[in-house]
Amino acid sequence: MSRKYVVKQLSIFLENRKGRLLEVTETLKDAGINIRALAMAESAEFGILRLVVNNPEKARSALSAGGFTVAEQDVFAVEVSDEPGSFHKVVQILASEDINVDYTYAFVGNSSKAVLVFKVSEGSLDKAITALDSQGIKLVEPMFFYE
Amino acid sequence: MWNRIEGASREEMEALQLRRLKETATRVYHLVPFYKQKFDEAGIKPQDIRGIEDLARLPFTTKQDLRNHYPFGLFTTPMDQVVRIHSSSGTTGKPTVVGYTANDMEVWKECMARTFRMADVGPGDIVHNVYGYGLFTGGLGFHYGAETVGAAVVPSSGGFTKRQLLLMKDFGATVIAGTPSFVLHMAEVAKEEGYDFEKDFRLRVGFFGAEPASEGLRQALAELWGIMYIEAYGLSEIIGPGVAASCPHGRLHIMEDHFIPEIIDPDTQEVLPYGEEGELVFTTVTKQALPIIRYRTKDITRLNIEPCECGRTLISMESVKGRSDDMLIVNGVNVFPSQVEHVLTKVEGTTPNYVIVLDKKGVLDKLEVWIEVDEQTFADGIGKLEELKTKLHNEMLNELYINVKVKLVEPKTLERSMGKAKRIIDRREAEGM
Repeated sequence: MSRKYVVKQLSIFLENRKGRLLEVTETLKDAGINIRALAMAESAEFGILRLVVNNPEKARSALSAGGFTVAEQDVFAVEVSDEPGSFHKVVQILASEDINVDYTYAFVGNSSKAVLVFKVSEGSLDKAITALDSQGIKLVEPMFFYE
Repeated sequence: MWNRIEGASREEMEALQLRRLKETATRVYHLVPFYKQKFDEAGIKPQDIRGIEDLARLPFTTKQDLRNHYPFGLFTTPMDQVVRIHSSSGTTGKPTVVGYTANDMEVWKECMARTFRMADVGPGDIVHNVYGYGLFTGGLGFHYGAETVGAAVVPSSGGFTKRQLLLMKDFGATVIAGTPSFVLHMAEVAKEEGYDFEKDFRLRVGFFGAEPASEGLRQALAELWGIMYIEAYGLSEIIGPGVAASCPHGRLHIMEDHFIPEIIDPDTQEVLPYGEEGELVFTTVTKQALPIIRYRTKDITRLNIEPCECGRTLISMESVKGRSDDMLIVNGVNVFPSQVEHVLTKVEGTTPNYVIVLDKKGVLDKLEVWIEVDEQTFADGIGKLEELKTKLHNEMLNELYINVKVKLVEPKTLERSMGKAKRIIDRREAEGM
C-alpha cells in the first residue's frame, strides 16, 4: 500500500562549468518536460541536480540521449499546511521511527499548502511512508506531479 | 678520474669486458634455470662467446622477466651472501626486486665515486642528499658514493623544503644531489623565503637524475644555484644510480667496464652501429647477486665511442629524451598508465573511461586522473561521490606512491576534448622547462 506514494525523482550529474545547467533546461524544454520540483546540491567541482518532473521516463531518455549521466531514485512527498511547525511535525515522526533523511526539499503550492519531498536512506522508504500515513500526514500521490 | 680504467684504451676495455662477460654468462647459465633455457633456445652456450661481438647472440631480459621471477628467482647467489635488497614500486603486486652482495656494494660505491669525481667531490665537501632514502636506490646510492670519496653526507631525503634550506645554509653544503624537479622547487622556495643565493649558500655542484630534464631546466638549475650540473643516469635493475655520469665536457660516460651498453632497434632487435638512435640495452658483467644479460631499458638514446676531451675513453650516451613504452616519470617515480587503470578497476569494479593529465604545478609534476561518471558510477549524493574520489586517491597513493588528484567529469567530456583513444595528456613539455 505504501508503494502507491512512491515518486520517481531524477538526479543528474553536472560538472561545474559555465552553461551546463542551461543545456539541461534546454533539453527538458525541447522534450516538453515540465519541472514540478527541483533541488541542486553542489561540491567544489560538480553538482547534482534533482528533479521531479511530469514525465520521468520521457525526461530520462531525453537527458540520456543528450549525454547526461542520469539516475532515478524513489522518493515520497507530503503535503502540509503552510504554517510554523508543520515541517517539524513530519521530521519528528521520521526521527521517532529512527529513519535517516538523506535530503529534502520543498515548494509552496497554490493555496496555503506546502509540499515536501523526502529522500530517506535505502530500505526505509516503506517504513517512512507507513509511519507518516498512520500519523495522519497527507502523502502526495505521484499523479499530483505527473498529471 | 677515480679509476684509471676510465681512460683505458679500447683494446684493454674490450679485453676486460670479454673476460667478465664470459664469467657472467657462465655464472647465469649454470645457476639460473631461466637463463639456461633462454641460452638453449637461442642456441648458444657460454663457451661459444669468443669475442665481444658475440654479446649480440645472447637473449634479452625484460622487466617482465624480473617480475615473473619475483622476488629472488634470478639471483645467482644464496641469500646468505646478499647484504642489501632494493625494490621498485610494485605494479600489480609484483615489484621489481634487486639484490646486492658485499662485492656488488663495492661495485656500486666505485661507480658512484666515479660519478662524484666528475666534479672532484672529495674530503671537505658536504653533500646534501635530497634523493629519497628507502627502497628507491637513489638515496642510498648517492649516500654511499659520497662517503666513498670522503665527503660528508647530510642524508636529508626529500620533503620539508624549508628545513632543508636552513640546513644547507647552516651546514655550508657544497654539493647537492637530487631530482631536477625537487631541487628546482627548493630554489623557488628559497626565493620566496628571501634567501640570498650568493651569500647564503656555498653550493658548487649538483648531481641530478632519476627523471628526464630538458636543456632549459638544466640551465635554470645551474644558474639559479650557481652550480655545475652533473647528470647521473641509472636504473635499479642494473645497479641504481652510477650506471653513467656526465663529465665537465657534458658527455654522459657509461661505466662500461661494469655495464656493457648496446643500442638496438626496438622493433627488429638488431644491434645498431654507434651513433644511431635506438633502445639502450645493458649487460652487467661484474654483478653477483643479480647479474642481468642484455636488459632492455626502454630508454631511447645513442652512443658515442669517440674519446672525450676530459681524458675518459668510456663510451658516452646522450641524455635520454624518450622511452619506447608508455612509462611516465612523475616527480622521479615511475608510473605506467596500466597501474592507474588497475587501481580504477579495483576500486570501481569496472574500468571507467579515464584520462591521465600530467601538468606542472610550479616546478613539480602534478598528476590528475579524470574519470567519467557514468550511470554505474553515479551515486545520488555528493558525499558518496566525494568518498569515491578519496578512495581512489588513497589507493593510488598506497599502490603507486603518487599523489593523484582525482577529478570526476561528465561522460563524453574526454572524447570531446581529447579524442577517446588518448589516455595520457602530458602538458609538461609545453611549459618549455
